[in-house]
Amino acid sequence: MRNATKRIGTATGEPAPGLDDAELVRRVRNGDRTAFAGLVRRHGRALLRFTRVFVRDEAVAEEVVQDTWIAVLEGLDGFEGRASFKTWLFRILANRARTRAAREGRSVPFSALANREDDESALGSDRFDGAGMWRDPPIGWTDETPERLALEAETRAVMEAAVQALPPAQRAVIVLRDEDGLEAEEICNLLDLTVTNQRVLLHRARTRVRQALEAHMRGER
Amino acid sequence: MLTCKEITELVTDHAEGNLSFMDRIRFRMHIGMCRNCRRYVRQVKATASALGMLPPPEMSPDLEQELLRRFESWKQTRGS
Repeated sequence: MRNATKRIGTATGEPAPGLDDAELVRRVRNGDRTAFAGLVRRHGRALLRFTRVFVRDEAVAEEVVQDTWIAVLEGLDGFEGRASFKTWLFRILANRARTRAAREGRSVPFSALANREDDESALGSDRFDGAGMWRDPPIGWTDETPERLALEAETRAVMEAAVQALPPAQRAVIVLRDEDGLEAEEICNLLDLTVTNQRVLLHRARTRVRQALEAHMRGER
Repeated sequence: MLTCKEITELVTDHAEGNLSFMDRIRFRMHIGMCRNCRRYVRQVKATASALGMLPPPEMSPDLEQELLRRFESWKQTRGS
């Protein structure tokens, strides 16, 4: 009986620090609850953020996350470690979320949205003169370091609101690329996008979020 | 020579390493001479990096508890 095996720390529910995913996965296979809690703590929040790319409703998002972890447990023996655990996890989530969205009648693929979402430059063409030079150049920001932008409550709120306001495909791409730091190729796989679509969507999204910060710095509402 | 407008259109491809060698040179030449574009490019990069520092949403404690409960039942079904 595996249950009879005693492990130090299994009762505390604390994630095991210093262990990589592969080791945690190995332990979960052996029924180690602490290791599972460790994986959940390490990836749970990013997973929830990714879920919200597909599902806006909080309660539904949590359900999808739950379904995903159960699918992870059930598929664990088949996980060969060729992709990273995080990649595998996100793929399962993407499949679940897509199925869920389809069931709710919102099954428009991101690739279709990509072509539909506005294609005009997010930066108004009135910012440039006829020769394509700045007519209305960018103003300097009080603080342009990423750390300050992310830590300052006001600018953080501006960025979060700007990302939320993006069309779905743009939001999906910027969340995965900039917030979660996934590679472009992986994002194409997860969202079923072409390389070109992914690039265009990321560009539009970044342009808009920068725009929102600029508007904030200029004191616009 | 690239225009300022073109720089703002290429800024992401430049940051993501998607420009050809020649376009990269042309991009850098413009940036070297244009203070406004330098500022623009810096702001886009700062925005992207700042997004990477935003904390992901919290998981509700209920969800975490539920997941651990599901883990226990999964463990049972594996037949100890």
